[in-house]
Amino acid sequence: MNGVLDLGGTDGFGPVDHVAEEPPFRAEWEKSAVAMFFPVFRAGWLGIDEFRHGVERMDPVDYLTSPYYNHWVHTMEHYGRARGFLDPAELDRRTQHYLEHPDAPLPAHEPRQELVDFVDAVVFEGAGATRPTDKQPRFSAGDAVRTKSVAPFGHTRLARYVRGKTGEVLAHRGSFVYPDAAGNGLGENPEHVYTVKFDARELWGDDYADRNSSVCFDVWDPYIEHVGEAGGTTA
Amino acid sequence: MSDVAKDQAAIAARVKALESILIEQGLMTTAMVDRTAEIDENEVGPQLGAKVVARAWVDPEFRRRLLENATEACRELGIGGLQGENMAVLEDTDEVHHAIVCTLCSCYPWAVLGLPPNWYKEPAYRARMVREPRRVLADEFGYAVPERTEIRVWDSSSEMRYWVLPRRPAGTEGWSEEQLAALVTRDSMIGVGSVRAPS
Repeated sequence: MNGVLDLGGTDGFGPVDHVAEEPPFRAEWEKSAVAMFFPVFRAGWLGIDEFRHGVERMDPVDYLTSPYYNHWVHTMEHYGRARGFLDPAELDRRTQHYLEHPDAPLPAHEPRQELVDFVDAVVFEGAGATRPTDKQPRFSAGDAVRTKSVAPFGHTRLARYVRGKTGEVLAHRGSFVYPDAAGNGLGENPEHVYTVKFDARELWGDDYADRNSSVCFDVWDPYIEHVGEAGGTTA
Repeated sequence: MSDVAKDQAAIAARVKALESILIEQGLMTTAMVDRTAEIDENEVGPQLGAKVVARAWVDPEFRRRLLENATEACRELGIGGLQGENMAVLEDTDEVHHAIVCTLCSCYPWAVLGLPPNWYKEPAYRARMVREPRRVLADEFGYAVPERTEIRVWDSSSEMRYWVLPRRPAGTEGWSEEQLAALVTRDSMIGVGSVRAPS
């Protein structure tokens, strides 16, 4: 989708608020928001690509101005409601209750070691996105390629600033879940992934590019064509 | 109450409401929250990446394996996992300086650097780093890269997780891995800063 999330090359945001050292969490609610990913992932509310797409569908003003982990809250709530895991009226009722009584306790419960073990397993063993495929990789290192100039609706990882641009394949990374399928509820449909290097002048024009710089951007096989082939519609 | 504090109170109430429902559904416990925070505050952070860098600085064979397959090389040191399932390490040289960004969200090699800093996830860095990296590094991070050195910015658009192997500083000959690891900063592995000067 052409959303505000797709920030590469957008001007006007001002200085980077670089802080040398800061704690991982700025508020107690952030710990719960981060931890909540594990149970909703385990219960099948959403996958990682859907998780990102739920964030992308936030109101654009909220997206740009919310504390970061509120994006997580938004996407988990979105899928919980959309898939019937959450009763919106009950969620609103409880939210109002805790707003009026911030120190009111959570429901009593047992610690359940298997849920803590699940956190450890995911953190230390991972939940990777590589998947086998019968498809043959169409590209290899050194190939000159052009990204398609398309503006799909829904989830994609083909950022606007690299669409319709020519670059060189640096590496083939293997086959992975295809976000344009998985993020849109269409299954994993694995595709090969490549790193493509774009010269800054190709992306921004000779007059505006930083000198002697480049961007490496990972693409799934359907995002690119060999230079010389038809490159899709004009966006 | 300021708008920011009101927003924070509203979000905190929403999160607590969600958490209470997940607890009643038998999906979540407060022990999971405690364990997650413990991991992110104490166990997984840039000290892990620093350990890998220090090993690469003292052991050329390890360095070769790290550049060949970072995921497997890190596993030799017991390092890896979520958001580090497929890693590639980028070696800084006189010719090329590397830096990472995620323009579409906030992808970051958690397994070696921990949760990303806030500035990495906020719009300014994500918007500007691919467009004017030389200026961003110089003006925003006080890190000037000579013009003869190419700046190569890695936009983490796939599930590959990239991070930077900075150059070993001069004057550290004979140092132990522990001493060297103490010089390696989070920012140097993102590619927006240098390692600490040896003293």
